Amino acid sequence: MLFLIIKRILLGFITLFIVSIITFVGTEVLPGDACTTYLERQAFGEQLEACYRRLGLNVPAYERYISWALNAIQGDFGYSLSGEMPIKDVLGPRIKNSLVLASAAIFIGIPIALILGIITALWRDKLPDVAISTVTIFAMTIPEFISATLLILIIAIWLEWLPGIVIVPTDVSFLELLPNIILPVVAIAMIMTAHMARMVRSSVIQVMASEYVQMAILKGVPYWKMVFKHVLPNALLPAINVVALTIAWLLGGVVVTEVVFNYPGLGRLVIESISNRDLPTVQALAIILASIYVSINLLADLLTLMLNPRLKTLQIRK
Amino acid sequence: MTDIIQKVKNLSIGFRSKKGEEILILKNITTNIKKGETVGIVGESGSGKSTLALAMMGYVKHGLYTVGGECEFNSSNLLKMKSKELEKIRGRKIAMIPQNAGQALTPNLKIGYQIDEALQLHSDLNEKEREKKISELLNKVRLPSPETIALRYPHELSGGQQQRVAVAMALAGTPDLLLLDEPTTGLDVTTQAHVLELLNFIAKDTGTSMVYVSHDLGAIAQVSDRIIVMYSGEIVLEGPSRDILKRPIHPYTHGLLKSIPKLSLAGLPESMPGSQPQPGTIQSGCSFFDRCNFSDENCKNNSPKLEFLEDLNTSVRCFNHEKLVKESRVSQTVNKIKNKSQDKEILNLSEVSISYAKQKLLDQIFNRISDNNPTVKDININIKKGETIALVGESGSGKSTILKSIAGLLRTKDGLIRFDENRNLSSDLKERDPNDLRIIQLIFQNPDESLNPNHTVEEIIAQPLKLYFGLKGEELKKNIIDLLQKVRLGEFYTSRYPRQLSGGEKQRVAVARAFAAKPDIILCDEVTSALDVSVQAAVLNLLQQLKEDFGTTYIFVSHDLAVVRSISDRVAVLYQGRLCEVGPSNDVYKFPSHPYTEVLLGAVLEPDPDIKPKLVAEDIVEERPPEKGCSFQGRCSRIVGDICKKEVPPWQLTDSGNAIRCHIPIKELQKEQF
Repeated sequence: MLFLIIKRILLGFITLFIVSIITFVGTEVLPGDACTTYLERQAFGEQLEACYRRLGLNVPAYERYISWALNAIQGDFGYSLSGEMPIKDVLGPRIKNSLVLASAAIFIGIPIALILGIITALWRDKLPDVAISTVTIFAMTIPEFISATLLILIIAIWLEWLPGIVIVPTDVSFLELLPNIILPVVAIAMIMTAHMARMVRSSVIQVMASEYVQMAILKGVPYWKMVFKHVLPNALLPAINVVALTIAWLLGGVVVTEVVFNYPGLGRLVIESISNRDLPTVQALAIILASIYVSINLLADLLTLMLNPRLKTLQIRK
Repeated sequence: MTDIIQKVKNLSIGFRSKKGEEILILKNITTNIKKGETVGIVGESGSGKSTLALAMMGYVKHGLYTVGGECEFNSSNLLKMKSKELEKIRGRKIAMIPQNAGQALTPNLKIGYQIDEALQLHSDLNEKEREKKISELLNKVRLPSPETIALRYPHELSGGQQQRVAVAMALAGTPDLLLLDEPTTGLDVTTQAHVLELLNFIAKDTGTSMVYVSHDLGAIAQVSDRIIVMYSGEIVLEGPSRDILKRPIHPYTHGLLKSIPKLSLAGLPESMPGSQPQPGTIQSGCSFFDRCNFSDENCKNNSPKLEFLEDLNTSVRCFNHEKLVKESRVSQTVNKIKNKSQDKEILNLSEVSISYAKQKLLDQIFNRISDNNPTVKDININIKKGETIALVGESGSGKSTILKSIAGLLRTKDGLIRFDENRNLSSDLKERDPNDLRIIQLIFQNPDESLNPNHTVEEIIAQPLKLYFGLKGEELKKNIIDLLQKVRLGEFYTSRYPRQLSGGEKQRVAVARAFAAKPDIILCDEVTSALDVSVQAAVLNLLQQLKEDFGTTYIFVSHDLAVVRSISDRVAVLYQGRLCEVGPSNDVYKFPSHPYTEVLLGAVLEPDPDIKPKLVAEDIVEERPPEKGCSFQGRCSRIVGDICKKEVPPWQLTDSGNAIRCHIPIKELQKEQF
C-alpha cells in the first residue's frame, strides 16, 4: 500500500516535470520573447541587449530552464512582465480568489448534487425524478455564458439585489468579496451540480438493479437501511473520481464565468497573461494548474483505493 | 390442510410491451408447497420459473406486475402486502438462496456483517449470542475456520464458499420455506455435488420446505420430492419426482430427458426441434405444438388444460397424455459417433507451458517469461486429423488457457505447437501468417458476446470469406447462403441482427462463421454451456454432422462431462494446468483410473433419482499448482506416500492406450474401481 502511494506520487512528479518541459519549450519556440514584447518598437540594438542581460535571456535555454525550475520548486516563478512584480505576488491573491469561488461552489454544489441524484434514482420515473431531471438537463445544456448573462440581467439589473460584476481590487478581504461571489457561484454550481446529479443518479440506479440489492430486499432489510448500507457506499464510490475532476476544473479557473463576471481569479489571469504575451506568468500558471490536477486526482485515487475493499486486497496481493 | 405452507392461486405476472400490449410471463399458475417437502421447478430459460420463485416471496421485478391471482402464505396474500409486513416475512419465514452468490453478496460489507444483519432483523439474540450464532451457521455450511471467514469480504472467497455463505445467510432467520434459484449453476461439478449434498442434509435436519428452481434436471433429481415442469409460462407437468423422471407423460419433458447426454451412454442424444416461443408470441392451441411429436389438429386449435390424474398423482397439460403413458419410459436412442480420426497428425503440442505471471522489466527487455511454476506446464498432446479431443477439468484447470495458446491469443512460455507434422506455429498472433490464422478457428461460449451486435448475419459470415478468400459480389452471397444452410438456417436470416435470433440460432451463426474459413481445426470453448438443454443437443448434432462432412478436427473444452462423453473420441483430463490422464473416451469413462478422473466422474449429476453422486475428495480450491510432485496431491484421497509430494508422477500406459500420470501402479488403479 505504502509502496503504491509512493509510486503514484513519483508518477505525479514525473507528469509535472514533463508539463514543465512542454510549456518551457512551447514558450521558447514562439516567435518573439519577453524583451521584444516589453520594448515593442524599441526592441533592437543596445536596448534589446541590455534587456536580455537584465532578464538573463542571453544564456542557453537549458540553463535558463534549470535555474527557472530550481526557483519554481521554491515558489519563485520570477517576474511578471506586466507591472514588473514578482509572479508569486500576482498569483497569491488570484489563487486565493479562485479557492474562495471553488470552495463555495463545492460546498454548495456537491451536497445538492448528491441529494438530487439520490432522490431522482430512488424515485425513478416518478414525479420527483421527472421534475428534477428536466431541470438538471436544462441546467446542463445551457452554456454558462448564457446562464451567467441571464443571472446578471435578472438579479443584478432588474431586481438590483446583487452587484452584477465584481469591481474590487484583486486583494480584497474575504468579507468584502462575499456578496460579489454569489452570482458567479450560482452560475458555476448550476452546471456542475446538474452534471454530478445525473452521474450519481445513473450510478445509484445501476446499483439498485444489482443482484445484491435484490438479495438485501429478499433478506427483509428495511428500505432505508438497505439504501444506506447496501446501495450508497457502492454507488458513490465511482463518483469520487468525477468529483475530483470537477474540483480540479473549478480550481483551475472557470474561465468563461470569471470573464463574464469580471472575477479576479486564476481563469481570468490565464486569459490576461496570454493576451499580454506575459510568458513567465503563463509558464507559472501552466505548472500550477497541472499540479492542482495531478494532486487532486492522486487524492481521489487513493481515497477510492481505501474505500473499496476489492481494490485494496488486489493491490496488497500484488 | 394445515400442512400447506404456500398456496399459489391462478397467478399471472406480465409486463407491458412498448406497443402497450400486456404480455404474460406467468400464465395462471396454481400449485401448493407442503411443509417439509422439496419441490423442483424445472424449465428452460424464459419459462418463468425464477419469476414464480420470486413471486413466492412477494417480489416482482422492476418492470413486471401482477396481473391476477395470489401467493398465499399463512393465509395472507404476499403480493398485496405492504413492504413493512413483507420485511417481517422475508428472511424470517421465507428465505432465498440466489443463483450467483458472488453477485448477490454486497461487495463492500464483510461476510460476518451480512449474516449478522439477517440475525439482527430476524432474531432477538444479543451481540454476544449473535457472534456465536454466526460461527455456528458458518460451521453448519461447512466453511473452514468460521472466525476468519466472517472477517473477509465476499470477493475474497471462492464461488463454492460464496454459495455456502449465501446458504448460511438464508438459514440465519430459521425460515419455514427456502427458495433456491439455480443455487449450483456456475459452480464446478465437484463443488455443485457438495453444495447439493449440504442442501439435502439441511432439508432433512431442519425440516424446512424447499423450492428448488433449476434448468438442470440432474440437480433437480438429486433433491426434489416433487417436480413442476414449466414451459412458456405455464405448468405443463407436475408430479412425484421419480415418476416425472422415469415416466414423463408430457411430450416436452419426454423430449427434454431424451436430449440430455448421459454419462453411461456414448453418442449424441436426440435433439428436440425448434425453441420455446418468445413471451408475447400470439398463438392458439398448445404452446408446445410446433415442437411436439405427438400433436394433432386438436392441439393446433385448442389449448389443453392442466388435468389432474388421480391414479398417477400427477397433473399434466396435454390432450394426448394417454398415448404417452403407454410409451413414456424414456428409451434414449443416441447416434453413435464414428471415430473419424486418421493416422495423420494434425496438431502437436510438445512440452507446452503457459504463464500468467507479470513480466518483470528485465524479462520484457529480453522478451522472455520467467516463472518456475507456470499456470500450465508440460502439455504433450498429439492430435490426429479428424478426431475430436476434449479437454476437461474444473475451473482453473487451464483448459481454456491451452485453447487460447493454440489460437495464438496467449504466448506460451516454453514448448512447441506444431501443425501438420512439420510447421511450427508461433505462439504470437502477430507472427502468424494469414494461412496460419485461417486453419485454426474458435467458437466461443457465449454467442451474445462473440457476435458483433451491429453487424447483420450476412456481414458476420462474410468477414472470413472476404479476409481469407477475397470473395465478392454474387459469389460471396452464394457462399454465405450455402453456409447458412449447412447450419440449418434459412436464407432469410442474412439480414437479421444477432439480437433478433434465439440463443441456439446465434450459436449456429457462430459455427457458420468458424466454418467459413474452411479451417482444419476448430477450437470449441464451452460452446453449449450457455444454451438450453434441448438446444444443446441440436448444436452438438450439428457440430458432429459438419465434422463428418468437412473432416474437421475439434478441440472441445467443456466442464460438462456428459456432453464431452457424447461427442469426443479422446479425452484429456487436466488438473491445475497439468495433464492427469489422456485416452480414448470410452476407456476414460469406463474405468476412470486417475484419482482425479474418479472424483470428477463421481460428482456428475444424472437426471435419475437412483444414481447418487459419489463424493470422493473435498472441494477445496487451490490457488496455485504445487511446486513439486503430483498436481493433484492436495485433494487426492489415495496418496501413496511422500513420493506424491516430491516427484512428478510418470506416465503409465494401459493396454487400451490410456495414458495415466500417477504413482499408483496401473493394475492397482483399475482394480479399486470394481
